[in-house]
Amino acid sequence: MSGAFRIPSAGRLKQAKTARFSFDGQSYTGIEGDTLASALLANGVHLVGRSFKYHRPRGILSAGAEEPNALVEIRRDAARRTPNVRATVQELYDGLEAQSQNRWPSLSFDVGAVNDIASPMLSAGFYYKTFMWPKAAWKSLYEPRIRQAAGLGVSPDKPDPDHYSSRYAHCDVLVLGGGAAGIAAALAAADAGVRVILADEQAEFGGSLRFEAAAKIDGQDGFSWAQAAVARLSAMDNVRVLSRTTAFGYYAQNFVGLVERVSDHLKNPGHDLPRERLWQVRAKRVVLASGAIERHMVFADNDRPGIMLAGAARTFLNHHGVAVGRNVGVYTANDSAYSAAIDLKKAGVNVAAIVDLRDNPTGPVIDEARALGIEVNFGRAVIRAGGKLRVNSMTVQPKNGGGERTVPVDAILMSAGWTPSVHLFSQSRGKVAFNDETKRFVPGIYAQDCVSVGACNGTDGLSASMDEAYAAGAKAARDASAGDLGAKAGKGTKPKVDASESWSRGMLGAAPGAGPGTTVKAFVDFQNDVTAKDIRQAVHEGMRSIEHVKRFTTNGMATDQGKTSNMHGLAIAAETLGKPIPAVGLTTFRAPYTPVTFGAIISHARGPLFDPTRKTAIHPWAEAQGAVFEDVGQWKRAWYFPQAGEDMHAAVGRECVAVRTNAGLFDASTLGKIEVVGPDAAKFMELLYTNPWEKLEPGRCRYGIMLREDGFIYDDGVVGRLAPDRFHVTTTTGGAPRVMNHMEDYLQTEFPHLNVWLTSITEQWAVIAVQGPKSRDIIAPLVEDIDVSDEAMPHMSVREGRICGVPTRLFRMSFTGERGFEVNVPADYGQAVWEALWAEGQKHGATAYGTEAMHVLRAEKGYIIVGQDTDGTLTPNDAGLDWAVGKKKTDFVGIRGLTRPDLIAKGRKQLIGLKTKDPKVVLEEGAQIVEDPKQAIPMKMIGHVTSSYWSQNCGRSIALAAVAGGRDRMGDTLYVPMPDGVIEVEVTGMVFFDETGGRLNG
Amino acid sequence: MLLIRCPYCEEERPELEFRNAGEAHIARSADIAGDSDDDFEKFFFIRSNPKGIIYERWRHIHGCARFFNAVRDTITDKFVMTYKAGEPKPSKLPNNSNDVVAK
Repeated sequence: MSGAFRIPSAGRLKQAKTARFSFDGQSYTGIEGDTLASALLANGVHLVGRSFKYHRPRGILSAGAEEPNALVEIRRDAARRTPNVRATVQELYDGLEAQSQNRWPSLSFDVGAVNDIASPMLSAGFYYKTFMWPKAAWKSLYEPRIRQAAGLGVSPDKPDPDHYSSRYAHCDVLVLGGGAAGIAAALAAADAGVRVILADEQAEFGGSLRFEAAAKIDGQDGFSWAQAAVARLSAMDNVRVLSRTTAFGYYAQNFVGLVERVSDHLKNPGHDLPRERLWQVRAKRVVLASGAIERHMVFADNDRPGIMLAGAARTFLNHHGVAVGRNVGVYTANDSAYSAAIDLKKAGVNVAAIVDLRDNPTGPVIDEARALGIEVNFGRAVIRAGGKLRVNSMTVQPKNGGGERTVPVDAILMSAGWTPSVHLFSQSRGKVAFNDETKRFVPGIYAQDCVSVGACNGTDGLSASMDEAYAAGAKAARDASAGDLGAKAGKGTKPKVDASESWSRGMLGAAPGAGPGTTVKAFVDFQNDVTAKDIRQAVHEGMRSIEHVKRFTTNGMATDQGKTSNMHGLAIAAETLGKPIPAVGLTTFRAPYTPVTFGAIISHARGPLFDPTRKTAIHPWAEAQGAVFEDVGQWKRAWYFPQAGEDMHAAVGRECVAVRTNAGLFDASTLGKIEVVGPDAAKFMELLYTNPWEKLEPGRCRYGIMLREDGFIYDDGVVGRLAPDRFHVTTTTGGAPRVMNHMEDYLQTEFPHLNVWLTSITEQWAVIAVQGPKSRDIIAPLVEDIDVSDEAMPHMSVREGRICGVPTRLFRMSFTGERGFEVNVPADYGQAVWEALWAEGQKHGATAYGTEAMHVLRAEKGYIIVGQDTDGTLTPNDAGLDWAVGKKKTDFVGIRGLTRPDLIAKGRKQLIGLKTKDPKVVLEEGAQIVEDPKQAIPMKMIGHVTSSYWSQNCGRSIALAAVAGGRDRMGDTLYVPMPDGVIEVEVTGMVFFDETGGRLNG
Repeated sequence: MLLIRCPYCEEERPELEFRNAGEAHIARSADIAGDSDDDFEKFFFIRSNPKGIIYERWRHIHGCARFFNAVRDTITDKFVMTYKAGEPKPSKLPNNSNDVVAK
């Protein structure tokens, strides 16, 4: 037997297919097709959790995604622990392990429940008001304690071993919600032949047909019709049917995010299946058929386990075959709860009494309830529930006061009416309208190409809903697809409703007994423990807008997003403010509709796939040599090449000395490279760089500076002129894409008259820098048809020819201050040429050096790195590069910016060199510089250190800095205050090694 | 994610393929070096930042790589129309933005 509360004659599950599961270590038996909630209820378990703030015992409120209380942890293994799973959504599988949350030491005895007794001190805004002083205690004392005491489940502490998948999809008509209306809309569209996607969050389609026992469509019971209709849709080539799939976000232009739960319901998912699949759907038309959510009654202690929504009790009975009690009470303000009472009574459950707040309602369900012998009370209220871990009574009183009567019950089914589920509509930026007559917010002004049908549109009755949905589905197909397909829309057979149930209205806000002036705990928002009193208090304390009330009380801010609580909260606030509901306004619904795992969103984009990794052609060689790599943008660059026993400091020192003594090989392939080609190439270069280019002879190179229009340095690099109409431009490694974008922008929009082509060639050429006194000796034997003598190929020249039999663009240039070459070869030959150069280099004592040595060597020469020594606020003059600005030029990008008053003012920060008085002390990059270390704090900072290294070649530390009026301070002593003392420094020029530059020319 | 129609590709493509490039129809002076401080301020710093219709530049950077102009409503984010770089600012906007973008 799968639980004492299972009624074999009721429900649709196959009794034989049992499934074992455990909850808090206790073993139970359920049936395949159960949710964890229905299986627990079948075993008489109502107490499943503790509340967020007061740690009150909580049960199962609903049978669906709106569940605020029954949040549990599902555990497959140590790494697969999922907290905050709604028991009403989790499907049962054999072996499922669940645990309750937010309780200690046990669910039935929770120490935290002291908060419930202390609740007068824990009212709305308590945290804001109580933990104000002392300020310092917030971080050290209050916040950690509050975080520990409050909260829901515990996050898993191991990496997620599951994998997730992601798909894009396009369709003509996307139908969200697979109840009667959604299916009808999908049928109408699908029969026209347009591409349709139908999605529903449940395992089985049917929506409220799961519990509406009286519904009959096309001669079958409603639920069977739904299964048959969806089976027909599934078989159609133009239809994709997605069950267990929640539309969580509705974004711009009918872009909808859905999450499909692929394997959380399986006993052994296996690693072939993803856990979840993210669908990113672009639909021409969207049909919203998201239904309605039942509201609870707001009365004292309405959160006791055993008190639940009437519709949920019907689902548990009519679908799962589970009675939620043996002696149930019903508390309602509308008709639909009667149907629950009738169904339960017919199934053999005693219905102790129906308490109806309405004075003299009439209708077939009321008559039927009476005919079945159920006690029906009008104009009465349940003013409190008895029991603690499980409800054991309800106390009934005439709604205007009078004698109380206590009725023993073991469950209370409640219904205050149904709230149209306008979440997705609201997310689509549609504006809801308040229907004064039905007291409902329904879709008003649409912002996107979508339509709402059925209960979410405020349409009452199965027949009306399906008619509306079928027409809307046909129209969506017509609108989405012109021509033949569209014309066929809606020409199929429309489903015919033979019998249905009708739901009349209900009430909003607190019920009698929980009204103004009362101090009872009548919960509005179960998940965040917000009571009717809290909302009134928020208004009394000055909150006027519903947005403020929401934030002050946290009503509707829990993971259930106020699906059951929003309207009650709004009604109580409106009543307290004395304003009509629409004047107080509904809060905006935001994505996600229900919580979405990070795994589904990031899918495979994690770990090594989080961001592309770029590797140069020479990367494998460096790896084999044991290089340590650093990340430079997306590139992996060899940082240094430690030999046995060397730390970074020793390796970098050795590499720096070797380059200046013999030679070094450096992989410079990551440098950005752009080819500027065309009859107007020189004109274009004149406009994009500060330097003059027209007169640069082919075969020569020039160091170029690129500015933004504001006059600040944007990028730099050596440019070689290969031919009158062809420039090989290099950029900084990190700057390559934005420089290309900057160039394209000007070429396409400001200077479109220039006949120029730009091509990114960064990845086409591998670049091997060979630097040092012996560099020419190393390359000479390998180079064909290029004269590499100093006379034929001086510093800053470029030649095209061959090396090791492959084409090369050979640059004579230097970022080290030594005689140097940069050998560009097609990337495919990069490693082969490197290895040839390396072999040759071994004869001359060459070393491989990494980016750290490259940085030190260039700093020894005072060569700047854009982005390190400049920060977007330095001009060429500030950087000591005035010589690179063409004085006779009449236009280049930045020419006007450079003459702005502030850019030519005295006292600007200028790049200079710094030597610490103690040569062993290496300054910290970013450290601030002051004139007088004895001045009061806050000191006046006049600059900062931009580059700082130990220089083995100089035998001391060296640094570059940007200092106000720096070039007028040569020889001055400045100070760098640090936490452990003030460092004295002397202002020097930027060149620390080979000041005359003689080594460049060999 | 927005759909943006590239006037060069003549196709609607997802926003991921595009990059915004600031306000449109701000001409760089042919004699920029001679611009007064006020002129340069207007050209370089002052932007309209409207609530409503904005004329702006976009680039189909992960597509044809062309810069183009777009008219967008900053309240709804909707693209009213797009047109090629260098074309004049439209004097009249279409009544129904959806029709224009879809065609």
